[in-house]
Amino acid sequence: MSEARANILARLRAAPRLQPPERPQWQAPGFNDRLDRFRVMIEAVHGEVHLVSADTWRAHLRKVLAEKNVARVLAAPHLGLDWDDMVAYDAPVEDFKDQLVSGIDAAVTTTRGAIAETGSLVVVPDMDEPRLASLLPPIHVALLNAGDIADNLAQIMEKQGWAAAMPTNLLLISGPSKTADIEQTLAYGVHGPKELIVLVLQ
Amino acid sequence: MPAHVTPPARMPKNVYYFGTCLVDLFFPDAGLAGMELLKRQGIRVVFPQGQSCCGQPAFNSGHRSEAREVARAQLDAFPEDWPIVVPSGSCAGMMRVHYPDLFKGDRDEERAKAFAGRVYELSWFLVHVLGLDTKLVDKGEKVTVTWHGSCHSMREMGVVDEPKRLIRALSNVTLVENPREKECCGFGGTFAVRQPEVSAAMVADKIAAIGQTGASRVVSGDCGCLMNIGGALDKAGKPTRPQHLAEFLLERCHDQ
Amino acid sequence: MTSDFSTRAHDALNNPQLRANFRRAMDGLMTKRAAQFEDKDNWHALRARGAAIKARALARLPDLLEEFEQKAIANGINVHWAETTADANRIVLEILTAHGAKKVIKGKSMVSEEMHLNAHLEAHGIKAVESDLGEYIIQLAGEAPSHIVMPCIHKNKGEIAQLFTDNIENQPYTEDVDALTAAARQVLRREFASADAGLSGANFLVAETGSLVLIENEGNGRLSTTLPPLHIAVAGIEKLVEKLDDVAPLLALLPRSATGQAITTYVNMISSPRKAGEKDGPRQVHLVLLDNGRSRVYADEQLRDTLRCIRCGACMNHCPVYSRVGGHTYGSVYPGPIGKILTPQLAGLDCAGDLPHASTLCNACVEVCPVQIPIADILVRLRTEAAEPSTSPAVKGAGSGHSAVESAVWKGWQAMYAHPAAYKVGTKALSVVGNLIPAAAPLLKQWTSVRSKPKFAAKTLHELAREKGYDHE
Repeated sequence: MSEARANILARLRAAPRLQPPERPQWQAPGFNDRLDRFRVMIEAVHGEVHLVSADTWRAHLRKVLAEKNVARVLAAPHLGLDWDDMVAYDAPVEDFKDQLVSGIDAAVTTTRGAIAETGSLVVVPDMDEPRLASLLPPIHVALLNAGDIADNLAQIMEKQGWAAAMPTNLLLISGPSKTADIEQTLAYGVHGPKELIVLVLQ
Repeated sequence: MPAHVTPPARMPKNVYYFGTCLVDLFFPDAGLAGMELLKRQGIRVVFPQGQSCCGQPAFNSGHRSEAREVARAQLDAFPEDWPIVVPSGSCAGMMRVHYPDLFKGDRDEERAKAFAGRVYELSWFLVHVLGLDTKLVDKGEKVTVTWHGSCHSMREMGVVDEPKRLIRALSNVTLVENPREKECCGFGGTFAVRQPEVSAAMVADKIAAIGQTGASRVVSGDCGCLMNIGGALDKAGKPTRPQHLAEFLLERCHDQ
Repeated sequence: MTSDFSTRAHDALNNPQLRANFRRAMDGLMTKRAAQFEDKDNWHALRARGAAIKARALARLPDLLEEFEQKAIANGINVHWAETTADANRIVLEILTAHGAKKVIKGKSMVSEEMHLNAHLEAHGIKAVESDLGEYIIQLAGEAPSHIVMPCIHKNKGEIAQLFTDNIENQPYTEDVDALTAAARQVLRREFASADAGLSGANFLVAETGSLVLIENEGNGRLSTTLPPLHIAVAGIEKLVEKLDDVAPLLALLPRSATGQAITTYVNMISSPRKAGEKDGPRQVHLVLLDNGRSRVYADEQLRDTLRCIRCGACMNHCPVYSRVGGHTYGSVYPGPIGKILTPQLAGLDCAGDLPHASTLCNACVEVCPVQIPIADILVRLRTEAAEPSTSPAVKGAGSGHSAVESAVWKGWQAMYAHPAAYKVGTKALSVVGNLIPAAAPLLKQWTSVRSKPKFAAKTLHELAREKGYDHE
């Protein structure tokens, strides 16, 4: 072990020991209509929400993609999308980078749920839906089951048992990529998607 | 975090008055007005002649031991277990919030804590102990005023609405709030001379905001702020007059 | 790190464009933050929770660092320890060199600013490209951030448009924010795609799970930590929290305090490098834990509270001094109220002794700090440490602000104000002759530059109280 490590820890241990304070009560808010709150919040940050049924979402998605003049779509095969120009993220990024960086118009991913309070999607990338899928293409379409919307972050963390098994990467996504670095003027799509479309499956 | 201040257990018959060093030398009429307001509520007001300064100037400059010795003189000057009413949120904050820390480990630590617990800002005391906001009868002409809240009054003593409750209780007074009311005026004790240019910029913005209210007077509960704001108004030739809340209330409600 | 606050303040105050930029920006941020915390009861409960989480983590810091390290290593993350910024720079350089890296793409990181990492890498032939739009802009301008959350807040559209035209090939002059943003996207996409490594900071390090938590709006942080084959994170040792669920209240505080957003666009939780079968993500993740004086700050019970900071910037947004002089005036990586207490502790009071005095102690920062750092009390403490030479100095450079003249003045003040008889004589004298002091006298000169001379009253309150028959005991 490094000398720096030993020195730092020794200095910290030589400091006065203070009693760790208890965490005082605090309750994150709950909502009667979680879907409504989710929708209001994510729309407020430029997200687009479509309520669809579990049977018809693929047809609806086709319509949305067509309206947005999307050509190439990135999606995992198991989603069963019906689209002519469709690619899967089935190679390591090293072999797929060029296409991913500039050759795809929209990516479709699943989500692991959402948070009503802040209008956030919980996205856990995996082998079929790698991390960059929801980031590099200019449009990100996220599929969300209406039943998976929790009140708040603390609740969904606990319910889904995050702490016991953190994945390589876990994301909360609340709207498309944005910046206000130039004169506090909002601009979208600075690095990530310019558009975030959420299909809520009811 | 502002101090958690609660009224004395029962209505006091006697109160001490701590005038503050700035009031003593520059604004004695404001100090006297505060005493008159208390007296006219049927309370015996005691002004210990041994008082001087709360010690804040030295404390804030990093000269703790000098601050402590001056503070100790105040502990000596206010021996009885009576409320100590202060016509300044800043000095009150020093005594209520910082004395316990200033005397930590000192022979007078317990005495300082007890003293701190007896300290009240004047407008808070007038509202929460004497209920003056429900008793005021305005005898003055129509006037438009604006309020300047002092930083320590608001953020150390938790006094935010009390002065405005008193002003609003006056039927002929229109209170126009300044949207930058809670922003520091730039006095900050030695700050005004250590960073004179920044301080000047702050007070310039402050008097501009006051000017925009159209008020003929700016009322405040702290003479430090009033000296700064009033001095800047005067130097700039602005018509707005600075006045301490106590003087203003006394002028409105009582024949002089 | 030189510190001459007054000189720089003079320049800033005489730059109307700069003042207008800051004033407008700070007003907007204050309004947005206030809208987030309208429910006062919830705000008080939430910040009490946030403060306790950080205080708790600090109380257990050495244990949590070890716990975190163990978990992170088990997850496949390499953990490094650096006592100084020089050590941290050396470690980062070694990792990059071992990978043959020539270009690093950076997410926003204040610790990397503290390290002056970019200059160090450049000196060793490695190009560091800032990818946060604000950081990218000031990198083009060759400047330092003027705000810890919004680094180019001091620049207006026109200045940025000119920078882009001068530095980006075929970029026409435009003040259209969307067009400027799109131009940066295009340039930086290429940089991302060709970078050999990504570098980031971390907002929280979770001991329970060995995870790094990063928040951002742009997506450049995600790109920096995902696209290149190597990810290096740098973080101060104070970033630890005990449990993953501690992150929830802190996230409810940080973006709302910083920019008035309910949450940032992205919350990026990283717990390991790319695993077998995964198609992207860096193959190696390294975390450099930086001390750089933090363990010294930690050694003092009161000063330790400084380390609770979650770098939201609310203190500077609400600071009447910062909003007038801007971030560069502080001459340090961390400006504003947090900078005024952190910089003198990290760099020493001998280097930054004027910063604790650049405050009116108005407590506006204390009022909004989401983790209840007693900034004003610490400012006063640092003034005391500077003024009074101590036998066991808690702060580097303690006593460096000692002045024999000033000490004598305060001794004289004490002699008058601690003794009622002397006070009576002294105040009487002042009320008689005080008004004869010329306005141009030392100290009074500064005061009277924009204010009238205060007038001593003919009679003191002591005298008036006696005359009006007020009892004195």
